[in-house]
Amino acid sequence: MHELSITQSVVEAVADRVGERRVTVVRLSIGRLSGVVVDSVRFCFDLVAEGTVIEGAVLEVDEPTGHCRCRDCAAEFDVDDPIVLCPRCGSADVDVQSGRDLRIVSVEVTTACATPAAAPTANRA
Amino acid sequence: MCDTCGCSDGEQGVRLVEFGNGNGHDHHDHPHTMLLEQKVLARNDELAAGNRAWLAEREIHAVNLMSSPGAGKTTLLERTIRGLIGEVGISVVEGDQETLFDAERIRATGARVIQVNTGAGCHLDANMVATALRRLDPAFQSVVFVENVGNLVCPALFDIGEHSRVVVTSVTEGADKPVKYPHMFRTADVVLLNKIDLLPYVDFDPARFTEGVGLVRPRTEIIQVSATRGDGLDEWYGWLRTRHGRSVLST
Repeated sequence: MHELSITQSVVEAVADRVGERRVTVVRLSIGRLSGVVVDSVRFCFDLVAEGTVIEGAVLEVDEPTGHCRCRDCAAEFDVDDPIVLCPRCGSADVDVQSGRDLRIVSVEVTTACATPAAAPTANRA
Repeated sequence: MCDTCGCSDGEQGVRLVEFGNGNGHDHHDHPHTMLLEQKVLARNDELAAGNRAWLAEREIHAVNLMSSPGAGKTTLLERTIRGLIGEVGISVVEGDQETLFDAERIRATGARVIQVNTGAGCHLDANMVATALRRLDPAFQSVVFVENVGNLVCPALFDIGEHSRVVVTSVTEGADKPVKYPHMFRTADVVLLNKIDLLPYVDFDPARFTEGVGLVRPRTEIIQVSATRGDGLDEWYGWLRTRHGRSVLST
């Protein structure tokens, strides 16, 4: 269940970056060849986020397909299966160029305004 | 910066996306999109790079030893420590969820050992290994084995600062393990097929196993060993000597 550690890493990394801001959306990219089960990350997310600035945030996950190049016949192809075989020549000697990503892409945050409209004008000086 | 009231959060690299809160300047939270674009495991990877640098200063070769539970990692280590005694200094970081059993077995060989109990954790990470290495204080130009938690899934994803990844499988586990657990096998620098003394008694096809390793990690060397009987250990020691020599020579 490494997804628990992965999710903890996400929450810690986001918390480090956003400071006191409230996070409403977390966007991840979890490649289909990454070895991470997205459903498990979703399962862990709310639990791990509880009590942090991320609590209540929506998790959005992009799952890019793997892109590979065969070292034997130079074919380029997309793949979702972790056992990567060239569809043209059957070789397993394949350079996986993308699809193993495990990235925090962006977050939506809200920041309370420093000068609320209701505050008296004199206080703004 | 907020167009309405001019407030700014002063954050470098933050892209502001105006959601428009009408004309009334009705205060308010500012919704922003912050582009983070960072690896999820960036912190672990930084710590792993730190471990690697720490080891390099001491010309130490670190091996991440991974397998399912019961494949024979500890027996292999006991045998390896005794087999290379006087030639290669070996110390060990033992990873298990609970107990000191494996550390006690290693200590009985005379080697230095630190046990890391991960509790609920299913793998070692770079932070745990960083702490363990500093307590272990391994000798200059030695080899450190990090015996990971027995698990063919989770340890595969975590760089701990090792130089070599060794995956052990035993013939009692079934020949289909490489294709069932491709993430583990695809990062192996060498695969040890252990317990080959049991081959006459189990339904295990070594050719099928080799084919499976080839599918997920082409050209990876497979060494057949019996850590109890001693088969193949010279070949394994030879592999280790070569890798260790590279660490010593490269620094």
